[in-house]
Amino acid sequence: MWQFIAIRVMQGIFTLLVISLLVFLATRLTGDPALVLLPPEASSKTDYERVRKQLGLDKSLSEQYFIFLRGAVQGDFGLSIRDRRPTRDLLLERLPATLKLAAAGMALAIIIGVPLGILSAVKRDSVFDKTGKLFAVLGMAAPQFWVAIMLILLFGAILKVLPTYGLEGPENYILPSFVLAWSIMAGIMRLGRSSMLEVLDSDYVRFARIKGLQDGLVVWKHALRNALIPIMTFSGISLAGLLNGAIVVEQVFAVPGLGRLMLDGVLQRNFPVVQAAVMASAFFYILTALVVDILYVYADPRIRH
Amino acid sequence: MTNDVILQVQDLQTHFFTRTGVVKAVDGINFELKRGETLGIVGESGSGKSMTAWSILGMVPHPGRIVGGAINYLGENLLEKSRGEMRDIRGSGICMVMQDPLTSLNPVFTVGDQLVETLRLEYDEPKRSLRQRAVDLLANVRIPAAEERLANFPHQMSGGMRQRVVGAISIARAPNLLIADEPTTSLDATIQLQYLRLLKDIQAETGAAIIFITHDFGIVARMCDRVAVMYAGRIVEQSDVEDMFDSPAHPYTEALLQSVPDLDTDVDTLPSIEGQPPSLDALPEGCSFAPRCPHAWERCLEYPDEFTVAPGHTSRCWRSE
Repeated sequence: MWQFIAIRVMQGIFTLLVISLLVFLATRLTGDPALVLLPPEASSKTDYERVRKQLGLDKSLSEQYFIFLRGAVQGDFGLSIRDRRPTRDLLLERLPATLKLAAAGMALAIIIGVPLGILSAVKRDSVFDKTGKLFAVLGMAAPQFWVAIMLILLFGAILKVLPTYGLEGPENYILPSFVLAWSIMAGIMRLGRSSMLEVLDSDYVRFARIKGLQDGLVVWKHALRNALIPIMTFSGISLAGLLNGAIVVEQVFAVPGLGRLMLDGVLQRNFPVVQAAVMASAFFYILTALVVDILYVYADPRIRH
Repeated sequence: MTNDVILQVQDLQTHFFTRTGVVKAVDGINFELKRGETLGIVGESGSGKSMTAWSILGMVPHPGRIVGGAINYLGENLLEKSRGEMRDIRGSGICMVMQDPLTSLNPVFTVGDQLVETLRLEYDEPKRSLRQRAVDLLANVRIPAAEERLANFPHQMSGGMRQRVVGAISIARAPNLLIADEPTTSLDATIQLQYLRLLKDIQAETGAAIIFITHDFGIVARMCDRVAVMYAGRIVEQSDVEDMFDSPAHPYTEALLQSVPDLDTDVDTLPSIEGQPPSLDALPEGCSFAPRCPHAWERCLEYPDEFTVAPGHTSRCWRSE
């Protein structure tokens, strides 16, 4: 078990390294931040050189990468180009909002998606199942930003019952986390239904019924435990994806989070900020995958032994 | 005498309502089973033998339905029971061992857990004494170190061992009737024999009646008192085992018996039954075996009645008239 975790951690570190190189190169491809900072009419060649030197952009690429990497290992991502504040502070400021939204979205997706999927399977081909299918298709087909705008329209503009921007109180979380959860909920529901149907048709579920076990125990113990295994994998991957989905949702709902930080960083060619945000995002992605893998071992004894 | 009868199946009809039409998987079968008796149901795949078992358990899968007849268990018709009443009968009165022992146990729960949850349905006792019963059961099906085995997951056991665990679970509630649906097809030959012996032992100890579903006449000879041969949803011949082997009355039974290989037969001359079993949604008019039957004549265009060829020996063939 510990060996398994150690291997996954090593793999995670390697992945982070590769990502650091990719994001480093990708930011350099977006253009020159010095040109954004300097007023176009008043800048001379010497000003330009001075700014580049100040930002450390005069050094060779490999030197810049090394500096970035050395800092990153210590949790130091340099100063933001725009306001010269430590990037780490910006990150720590923005991260809680994104994490809280992601957690709320995921919780919503699981709490609604899993029971609906299972009920669809148990009451297969019923009106409930068919309605569920319709919602699931909608969930997967409707783009996030559209759902977001429609919800803002309905609950914010027409019904005027829910706030549509910022993250001040708990009610502010409802709309954005629902939008985040939307497609994952649909995915969990469909996956839950299909894996449950498969499990319900298995010999061990049939045998559980043959030996006289109550229907409730058969479904919620014997079938569910097995059907949850693929749902867990899917949820893990989705949770990591939520951090990326945050870019759209944070933009639409004006939430000051990691996604917006990243987007603003890209627009301003704020290299350190983009690098830090992407690394943070990648870190959480890998961390979630690791946690899911470990949970998986507990959920499925066949892997444990 | 009548008190000895555990199960009486009368004109049972289980049909499947598919988009392409009605499939008569079980089409009016009759048989009886006494306490401690073993009935073999023999037939090719698709002959309706498994569906007979699911009908008795009240677990006919969708889109199938029992459309007629009666299944009298201890004098009460199971077809009139509610879902809850059927659930109480399953396991405690009638239990079944399915074909594949490797897939009958839930992979994510321990063997002990799956045994104890079954025992809990029967005995209102604290966990500790249920565990002791579980240990006894495992020892009873000749599992060594039964105590330690309780903590094992199914995948940690061999196929033969798992089959024994399934056997232990199926007798945990001391059922009067045990149905074994080709329980040995997926086992090695040596383990097959062991398992058959185990079933016999269980029967000797508990006095349970057994319905043994198989396509193997060799196993029938070893295990059963009576045999029913099924073809296309109907029982075409039924008798004591000796009678059946000595003087089969139905051409299908004859053919089945001939295709049991013995040492004297050469592979090259191994007899087989010509043609394919009929598709149940497109049965021929009259006797369903006629298209493959070497003795078929005009009379076979009408479905044969059940004729008694000897006491306790019936055959659905015009030749037996």
